[in-house]
Amino acid sequence: MTQTTAAQDVVLRLTGITKRFGKLTANDDIGFALARGEVLALLGENGAGKTTLMNILFGHYTADAGTVEIFGETLPPGAPGAALKAGVGMVHQHFTLAENLSVTENIVLGTQSLWRAGLGRAAARDRIAALSRDFGLAVDPDARVRSLSVGERQRVEILKALYRDARILILDEPTAVLTPQEADALFDTLRRATAQGLSVIFISHKLHEVMAISQRVIVLRHGRVAGEVATADTDRHKLAEMMVGAEVALPHPGLGTPGEVLMELRGVSLPAQGRRSGLAGIDLALRAGQITGIAGVSGNGQSALADVIGGVTAPAGGALVVAGAEVTEWSPRAALDAGVGRIPEDRHATGSIADFTLTENAVLEAYATGQFSRRGWMDWRAARAHAAAIITTYDVRCPGPEARIRLLSGGNMQKLILGRALEAAPRIILANQPVRGLDIGALTYVQERLIAARDAGAAVLLISEDLDEVLALSDVIHVMSAGRLSPAFPRGSMTPARLGAWMAGQGFTDAA
Amino acid sequence: MRLEPVADPGLLRMLGLPLLALGATVVVASVLAMLAGANPFATLGLIVKGAAGSKFAALETLNRATPLIFTGLAVAVAFRAKLWNIGAEAQLYAGALMTVVIGTQMGLPGVLAVPAMALAAIVAGAVVLLVPVLLKVRMGVDEVVTTLLFNFIMLLFISLLLEGPLKDPMGMGWPKTESLPREIRLPRLVEGLRLHWGFGLALIAAVAVWVIQTRTTLGYEIRAVGLNPNAARFAGIPVNRVLVKTALLSGGLAALAGFSEVAGLKGNLTLDLSPGFGYTGIIVAMLALLHPLGVVVSAIFVAGVFVGADSMSRAAEVPTYIADISLATALLFMVVAILLTRFRLVRG
Repeated sequence: MTQTTAAQDVVLRLTGITKRFGKLTANDDIGFALARGEVLALLGENGAGKTTLMNILFGHYTADAGTVEIFGETLPPGAPGAALKAGVGMVHQHFTLAENLSVTENIVLGTQSLWRAGLGRAAARDRIAALSRDFGLAVDPDARVRSLSVGERQRVEILKALYRDARILILDEPTAVLTPQEADALFDTLRRATAQGLSVIFISHKLHEVMAISQRVIVLRHGRVAGEVATADTDRHKLAEMMVGAEVALPHPGLGTPGEVLMELRGVSLPAQGRRSGLAGIDLALRAGQITGIAGVSGNGQSALADVIGGVTAPAGGALVVAGAEVTEWSPRAALDAGVGRIPEDRHATGSIADFTLTENAVLEAYATGQFSRRGWMDWRAARAHAAAIITTYDVRCPGPEARIRLLSGGNMQKLILGRALEAAPRIILANQPVRGLDIGALTYVQERLIAARDAGAAVLLISEDLDEVLALSDVIHVMSAGRLSPAFPRGSMTPARLGAWMAGQGFTDAA
Repeated sequence: MRLEPVADPGLLRMLGLPLLALGATVVVASVLAMLAGANPFATLGLIVKGAAGSKFAALETLNRATPLIFTGLAVAVAFRAKLWNIGAEAQLYAGALMTVVIGTQMGLPGVLAVPAMALAAIVAGAVVLLVPVLLKVRMGVDEVVTTLLFNFIMLLFISLLLEGPLKDPMGMGWPKTESLPREIRLPRLVEGLRLHWGFGLALIAAVAVWVIQTRTTLGYEIRAVGLNPNAARFAGIPVNRVLVKTALLSGGLAALAGFSEVAGLKGNLTLDLSPGFGYTGIIVAMLALLHPLGVVVSAIFVAGVFVGADSMSRAAEVPTYIADISLATALLFMVVAILLTRFRLVRG
């Protein structure tokens, strides 16, 4: 859209950026311009090349071809820090704050010479206060970061960028960790900031957010610019189409037909572990033919709940009842044998072994069964056939079953993990953040598979930070907050705002 | 300069870089020889000649490689599971001890004695590694420390036995045990040549370990636990049990080094049975990238360097330390070469 953006207004221009990793072309001749005071949304599936592009912009990677211009100056390639110096600030999904320092200290950190630390503290504090007032970023400059909520920490990250005089702000999936109310506050901040001349690149998968906040959308697909549109001229449907290259129907499943209770948690509790929230007497029943959704801001006990159901942790208190019998021995193996299929929260750290091949990963949970081994001898032919079947059935894009899974994009890795879990025909499915970081294509696919599994009679537990996802898919919804679980709300009985209130901890009767 | 991952290293990188590392090692060794006042080409020539210049030299190298194959395999198996067994030396001596005890005290006939000695050695080596691994699994004690310290405990224990109950009454006071009767020693691999069946056993062990690692569920479990214990545990692999099995395998392999040295070469047990075969096994395994068949190659290479340097220092005025330094250099270069097969250097 360089034709419609007057040259003097361009603050950032990427031209012909190309980056190859071996045979894979991660970025292929990508070019676009960012104008002063605009919010430009960068949409694209995982593996579409967004992360690579940002890494090139910040000098972490050197592009094979192409240039980055900021305020008319060409950045030297592969010089980390050049973009920062030129006025680009980035807020990552995973924050980079020092927990034991105050907000002011975190913001000032790295901007002053070591020998001058302490001097100008008051001035820094005043400036931070002014910035947070101007941009609506409410945060106490003297608070320790440790005590801040996720939303507040994000504000600190944004303040950090603004304090360094960033005139271009890049936000990577900024709403993934926020409640709907916090996300609205963030959008409010962005509107104020752009009104004052800041330019924003907003990376997201959530189409309604892109529609709500951006003026222009760049869609990346397979490393190329698949389209560029003014937000006013498009809608969610068209954007989704551009992302996957075909029309997508977001799932609108009918209600399931609930059957018997397959798994029940009765007053299950677990002590908190370090920074991880525990569980405070949770009652939960998972029924056949039903998707039970767990909404909540991350870090409120969802991981602990997933660990109990997936067999990683045995409950410290209360009872876990599977198929009518209280379990005494509970381990990952026991969970698998009880028919629990697991899609773990972190596909890299727990879901797969990066240096194993797809074949080796495909049989990770079942290598010891008669299907893939006999008397301690692996049947690699059967394993390879199994992997090949998953690759075909679940549309895993990869060089082949003997490729290391490390080379796959997140979405394709997730499809393999999904295939591994579902091919074992589980009665109970634990889907913990199953579509986090996935492109629309993979996301819709995973969701449809979960719905199909429900319709085939499985009990599905869907844990997600994405409220829309929980609302769309679940037959019943619980909210988690500080290790507590809300009562079950049938689908349609709750608005996002009311669920948001539960997510913030309102409504819980107990004093836990 | 920065490192970028390489998706597919290709054959050229996989073979060329280790050869380059070898070349760099030769250069360093040449410089060392020059510093010692010798002609580097002559020195290297003498090393090669001493290691492989004659049938006698080559067999000597293979003899020396035999215990290194066993300890190298022991280390390679354990390191695959990220079980840091630094105690192959102790396991070697445990194996040697049981070989001598069974061989000199039981009076078994040859057909029974050899398998009995080997089996007892394996069990002893496995038990010696089992203790640190159980401490690690149950109480989180770092096995690097415990396996290392076991080396000293074992040497002192052997020393105690050599001065006491196992002392050879006909040994003129030397701290050594009685010798195994001739008929229960390992026979020569080829009649008339000084190479015993221990070498054959080592080759069989290498193939066996390779088969275990690539074809069995245990090998699969060991690799999974080594690469990502969290994912392995999540997938239902009994991580602790796998570590215990790995320990039994690794300890048993190291013990076979002791068995083969006693029953194949020395005939008795002394405190200088092993000039650090257990520690050198770590170098052997690392040079082989923990590949069991590669261990055979790297063990022969390392043994050749030692044997060749010994022979060279007798002929030229260059100390044998050049062998130790060259091996250390080779290891360092190889580590860099391995890194460069997986990553590439990029400007900027």
